[in-house]
Amino acid sequence: MLKIRIIPTLLWKDAGIVKGVGFDSWRRVGPVLPALKVYTMREVDEIILLDINATNENREPDYHSISEYCEECNIPLTIGGGIRDSTSIKKLLRSGADKISINSAAYENPDIISEAARYFGSQCIVCSIDVREHVDGSYECYKNCGTLPTGKDPVEWAQRMESKGAGEILLTSINRDGTMSGYDIKLIRSVSDVISIPVIASGGAGNPDHIYQAISIGKASAAAAASIFHFTEQTPLEIKAFLAAKHLPVRMIKNTVII
Amino acid sequence: MVRIGIIDYGMGNINSIKNAVERNRGIPIVINTEQEIASVDKIILPGVGSFYEGIENLKRLYLLEPIRSIFSDSIPILGICLGMQLLGTLGEEGGVNRGLNLIEGITRRLHPRDNSERIPHIGWNEVNIIKYNPLFHNIPDGSDFYFVHSYHFIPDNSDFIIGITPYCGLFTSVVHKKNIFGVQFHPEKSGILGAIMIDNFINRI
Repeated sequence: MLKIRIIPTLLWKDAGIVKGVGFDSWRRVGPVLPALKVYTMREVDEIILLDINATNENREPDYHSISEYCEECNIPLTIGGGIRDSTSIKKLLRSGADKISINSAAYENPDIISEAARYFGSQCIVCSIDVREHVDGSYECYKNCGTLPTGKDPVEWAQRMESKGAGEILLTSINRDGTMSGYDIKLIRSVSDVISIPVIASGGAGNPDHIYQAISIGKASAAAAASIFHFTEQTPLEIKAFLAAKHLPVRMIKNTVII
Repeated sequence: MVRIGIIDYGMGNINSIKNAVERNRGIPIVINTEQEIASVDKIILPGVGSFYEGIENLKRLYLLEPIRSIFSDSIPILGICLGMQLLGTLGEEGGVNRGLNLIEGITRRLHPRDNSERIPHIGWNEVNIIKYNPLFHNIPDGSDFYFVHSYHFIPDNSDFIIGITPYCGLFTSVVHKKNIFGVQFHPEKSGILGAIMIDNFINRI
């Protein structure tokens, strides 16, 4: 059976890992490489590494550092930030990235998704959608690391991205980000119900039960989280043990052979 | 040490495979010419992307015949993901296209049985061993490996199926015919067990 994935998200800014609240008030967490090494050693299911400054600084991904990071990783790594066209996707894949997360560029040119899917295959194209809930309860997609409104509705946008060939949706609630108050289950469910590609829930995980809800009620295929791993004692393995006790399929590393 | 030729035909993933070979006591050599294929001990055909683009790129590099001749030369070759699919006769991704035809069979899209089976099939899923093979040395039956794909290879002759995975029913995840091996998952991204499999290919086959 396909396992539920628990994915640590590493936000990368000025050579270090940071974490904020609501895409703001960034706190330094530590350098990138040791964090990647620890997660790799612990055999987490997957890692998402997002360069959150690249687009706003109007620069390309830092291919050199990324290929160094990939060298340390024998587990799946999704890379995002600063992707503008097929050339940058190709360079990232060649640097060792397994999946590419595209966010802002898709609003400017939705065909970047179809082009990338046609050439590289849908399976490695992740469309990242950052969503803000307004005071009236309506949802809107934001780009450029949550700074610019797009006027797009997340449900419609996710459907459009699926039809363009995206292989996965990384769905982040800006309001919940860094609050550790739980995922926006309503948002996750509204998207996962109308598309047939996997949805990665993101933004708000504070305890294992939040993740359980994102999977069981939100129908997400995977849960991404950052603060819970940076600022609490919880590990991805403990969360998986919790999910296993609730009969969700997870990958425990029990059958690993030590040679 | 064993010289492992990694065929670079512009379909991504080269560095991960190179690192994995290095970590597992092999000498990785990135190759894309007929002469280079003749100069290595074993070959890995990686691949991320569509069947159509993959086979077109191999054609452009004049690599179809050199790779086919590996079969008669009995050099071990391991196809990974798209690389496994390209070993077959036909592929349906990006129109119907001919593959290398080293193992007879067709690559088709996975068909979900309900909305809980999402396509692409992304993540960790088990490989059930159908037939023992040195590739599985030290790997327990039912171990999880990392998959990321929408299409799967269906060999005509089930004798060549040595591993299967439960998704959209059951699909073939490991094939073996003489010196030709193929895995649908990514051993280079499957942690310790994936590393053991790459080590098996390098040092036990």
